[in-house]
Amino acid sequence: MIDQIRSLLEQHPMIPLNFGALADDANLYDAGLTSFASVQMMLALEEEFDIEFPETMLTRRTFSSLANIADAVSQLARKAA
Amino acid sequence: MDARTFDSKSLLDSLFENGILFESGIDGLYGRSGAFEEVIEQFERLVTRLGAPDKATRIHFPPGMSRATLEKSGYMKSFPQLAGCVHSFMGGEREHVQLLGMMADGGDWTALQKATDVALTPAACYPLYPTVAARGPVPAQGLLFELSSYCFRHEPSKDPARMQLFRMREFVQIGTAEQVRSFRESWLKRGKAMIESLDLPCEVDLANDPFFGRGGKMMANNQLDQGLKFELLIPVTSIEKPTACLSFNYHQDHFGQTWGLKFADGEFCHSACVGFGLERVALALFRHHGPDAAAWPTAVRDVLWSA
Repeated sequence: MIDQIRSLLEQHPMIPLNFGALADDANLYDAGLTSFASVQMMLALEEEFDIEFPETMLTRRTFSSLANIADAVSQLARKAA
Repeated sequence: MDARTFDSKSLLDSLFENGILFESGIDGLYGRSGAFEEVIEQFERLVTRLGAPDKATRIHFPPGMSRATLEKSGYMKSFPQLAGCVHSFMGGEREHVQLLGMMADGGDWTALQKATDVALTPAACYPLYPTVAARGPVPAQGLLFELSSYCFRHEPSKDPARMQLFRMREFVQIGTAEQVRSFRESWLKRGKAMIESLDLPCEVDLANDPFFGRGGKMMANNQLDQGLKFELLIPVTSIEKPTACLSFNYHQDHFGQTWGLKFADGEFCHSACVGFGLERVALALFRHHGPDAAAWPTAVRDVLWSA
């Protein structure tokens, strides 16, 4: 799951982060993720995994690392299944 | 103007009946009485006097700004629903005939207009950043500006405190993170003391901007988590939902990065602003002290008219 997310985000033109060089638990905001890029990330994840993040999950913490994102995505994908 | 009843529609009606505001046929666009303008003038003097020791450079911008500047600022990423762009007719005689025909038939004649290079200014500080960036590196002690502009936001409403065209006065500090944070701290104190000196009930609270859409919910949460925006709230049209009359914003290095605002050593500048919603403050004064400014409490008049 994490690798699928990493390669999805790496290809995104509006998120200029080098995800290949970031550890699973590296803080993405420290690596330069802007608020606007995090929104692009959220939208790309929703499309790729056919999920919708509820408002309660639209927080800084949900998108702060690849590991946190993978947790959130798998939680929502399980619910949808 | 009965302080016991708070609701936006009745406040608006009462402002019309008392000749303080004048209807234009469009919600959020109103004429202002001489008395209303005088209150705004005096309040602006008070703001300028409070900020005078800091020796800000004063710039007054018109209500329109460069559309290219607005585009580059990132405003459309966050607030596409509020932005306004000026369009004009640029066709020839043939198109003019067509336009008049469309108007006569009740058709959408605006389709024959094209976007000009002018956008409506959404906040007084948007035209400032490229102006500063063009002057070269920011000095180590930072830069301070006092700005004023009519601003536009497309949010028609019966709430007189939510106008589509309104005036904003701002102080903007550009400098290091530390400089701009201490600027904001000092205005949080000064702003609250100033409003209290006008005998208005107020509270300062953490706030977020009305970012667009579901992604905007996330940007708003980010803004709250990081404590980037505070508002000074005064009950104007509602006690439960008081109106933000002053706002205190820390932009981090967003505008520094966007406009290449740097110190001589290449480090990006941070910025912060304190904004005064002039119509909102005036409305709060009329709401709490009554429709006749001459009959306001002496203490309040002394503060405003000695400014």
